[in-house]
Amino acid sequence: MPSLYTILVYSENIAGVLNQITAVFTRRQVNIESLNVCASSTPGVHKYTITCYCTEEMVMMLKKQIEKRIDVLQARYYRDEDIFMLESSLLKISTSTMLKNQEVCRILRHHGARIVEVNPTYTAVEKTGTTEDILGLFEDLNQMGAVRQFARSGRICITRDTREQLDEYLEEREKGRDKESK
Amino acid sequence: MEQQITGSEALMRSLSAEGVKTIFGYPGGSIMPVYDALYDYTRGEKKAFDHILVRHEQGATHAAEGYARVSGEVGVCIVTSGPGATNTLTGVADAMLDSTPIVVIAGQVPISALGTDFFQEVDLVGVAQPICKWSYQIRHAEDIAWAVSRAFYIARSGRPGPVVLDFPKNAQTELVDYQPQKVDFVRSYQPYPKLDLTAIQEAADLINNAIKPLALVGQGVELGNAQEELLTFLEKADIPAGRTMLGLSALPSTHPLNVGMLGMHGNYAVNLKEQECDVLIAIGMRFSDRVTGSLKTYAKQAKVIHLDIDMSEINKNVKADIPIVGDCKESLPAITALLKKGDHGEWRDSFKPLDEKERAKVIEPAIHPTAGPLLMGEVVNAVAEATQGDAVLVTDVGQNQLFATRYFRYPKHRSICTSGGLGTMGFGMPAAIGATFGAPGRTVVCFMGDGGFQMCIEELGTIMEHQAPVKMILMNNNYLGNVRQWQDMFWHKRKSFTRMMNPCYELIAQGYGIPYAAVTDRKDLAAAVGKMLATKGPYILECAILEDDDVLPMTPPGQSINDMMLELKK
Repeated sequence: MPSLYTILVYSENIAGVLNQITAVFTRRQVNIESLNVCASSTPGVHKYTITCYCTEEMVMMLKKQIEKRIDVLQARYYRDEDIFMLESSLLKISTSTMLKNQEVCRILRHHGARIVEVNPTYTAVEKTGTTEDILGLFEDLNQMGAVRQFARSGRICITRDTREQLDEYLEEREKGRDKESK
Repeated sequence: MEQQITGSEALMRSLSAEGVKTIFGYPGGSIMPVYDALYDYTRGEKKAFDHILVRHEQGATHAAEGYARVSGEVGVCIVTSGPGATNTLTGVADAMLDSTPIVVIAGQVPISALGTDFFQEVDLVGVAQPICKWSYQIRHAEDIAWAVSRAFYIARSGRPGPVVLDFPKNAQTELVDYQPQKVDFVRSYQPYPKLDLTAIQEAADLINNAIKPLALVGQGVELGNAQEELLTFLEKADIPAGRTMLGLSALPSTHPLNVGMLGMHGNYAVNLKEQECDVLIAIGMRFSDRVTGSLKTYAKQAKVIHLDIDMSEINKNVKADIPIVGDCKESLPAITALLKKGDHGEWRDSFKPLDEKERAKVIEPAIHPTAGPLLMGEVVNAVAEATQGDAVLVTDVGQNQLFATRYFRYPKHRSICTSGGLGTMGFGMPAAIGATFGAPGRTVVCFMGDGGFQMCIEELGTIMEHQAPVKMILMNNNYLGNVRQWQDMFWHKRKSFTRMMNPCYELIAQGYGIPYAAVTDRKDLAAAVGKMLATKGPYILECAILEDDDVLPMTPPGQSINDMMLELKK
């Protein structure tokens, strides 16, 4: 049965790695649901947070194929219960609609959204949460006809592991530095 | 203080430091500075390399593959940007699928011109990435020492494969304080995974208790130089072993434990016994679809032990009960140490009636026919007998390949060079050229059909110029025979564009000044083969082959391997 997996990939900061990672998905015709790429807490290491719907068999295959790329340090996959995750979103809503319809403000309060700027034409709103939280806010506002723009980020997450697998990997690799050449 | 040198000179020094002796290449605009440096490095005092001028860049890659396969060294190509670079891609993909270590160095437009659709610009790193082990753009001369060493390290270590270096012209001419570098560690890349000793113990227990164990030997054994370790392992536990097409010479074909070739056109007994064994030990092979047939029914009764250096091969096609990830040069002895002396005489004997059946129904009629036109099997057999097992077998792709791999003999390691995974027609002739440079002391025979012969026919020019001693056996049936066979079997005998008009190959041979003979009558075959082998240098022996000769036995595509057929209903 396909379910949603989050794949965390760490790579060296070398041009073209993202291409190589997405090519693994293309080859197996698995759609990437969301993708977030940024520098990790380890200097020189990039972190990719990728979500996709597929079977566990497939996600295992994807993980191994990604890890096979030379400049990829580590790839791991998780179910939602194994991670703390967040997405963030920005909405631009019509200030006049907001002023005319008190329901708009009620929705904002109900969803715990934060207003970041108000001017006579529009109001910028920020909401962080799960996909459901964000889409809930969007749909409620959209029904009011209040949304002029909507932007949503890919998922970011940290794992519930008690061990930091990347750090362990890097330590292990440094120890093996002298033994590898044949 | 080190004197400043150009990037091109730095490339020469880096290649020399990696032990490169032979380069297959073709010059062009964006690689001219490198070729200028190569001028000095291929003659006189500075001579470090032989440069083999091919006639097409695809030929350069296949030649590099042939060189690598027989020598175990990294094959090297130098080509220009744009079309020169894209022409190498077939060879790169071929080397990726067959785990062949090659390094392709391609010129590129200067980095200031990148992305402007400059003359002969192509995004080589972008297009090569999905089909190679590693690709990298050397943007400045100071990166050369590091990138070249890293390229060779990645190409040859772990599961070998092709590496593509994109070398913009500015980096070729920039001056650099050259410092040699030796990359033998890449932290994101573990070429030799650590053995899991628990799995080793479990594997040994399973093998010790097996009644019908069967080993499947792949090219990984040759790539890992574990041929001796394999023998000790098989002999101690008395395990019969089949070989994949690329693994044919990993276990001498004369060895009593060898039970033949696996796969669609492999041997009958071993294919049936894969469906009967209780423990299947796959060693350095990847369960290609040509080996397994339908995965739904493949070896379901067996416990599977899979030894591979590449983690991503585990559970890819066939689920492994005991995966052993690592170098088989280490894992095989580790298992052997825990094995009890085995005796599976009864199990091994059970292969014999099936072998006899195949011999009577398929092999004898194929290699010793008495009437009708020449058959591919008898031609291969005649060459195998005449070369006494010392030769390197190179094949093209198609029926010529299937007959040649079936009926050749492999007493020596690294004796088979064929395009297995990608199935690249046109591979044979250039790969054979490479093999003559990679194994200069050995006879190199190359079987080709009339289709594949013409697909890289331009390399006859390379053979002529370098007098590369390739013994070319052109098995001409005026058909693209393998596709014709499938059309006959599965497409209602509609021979859609498989019949081919051929040129006069004798005139072509004459044009290139290559000795040529033709055989049409089987009584002349042995003498013609003898003459070919006795003639110094290259040779073309054209054999007029029965037009509708079929390769047997055969497992129809997508079917279970135990559905292997010994004869076709015509």
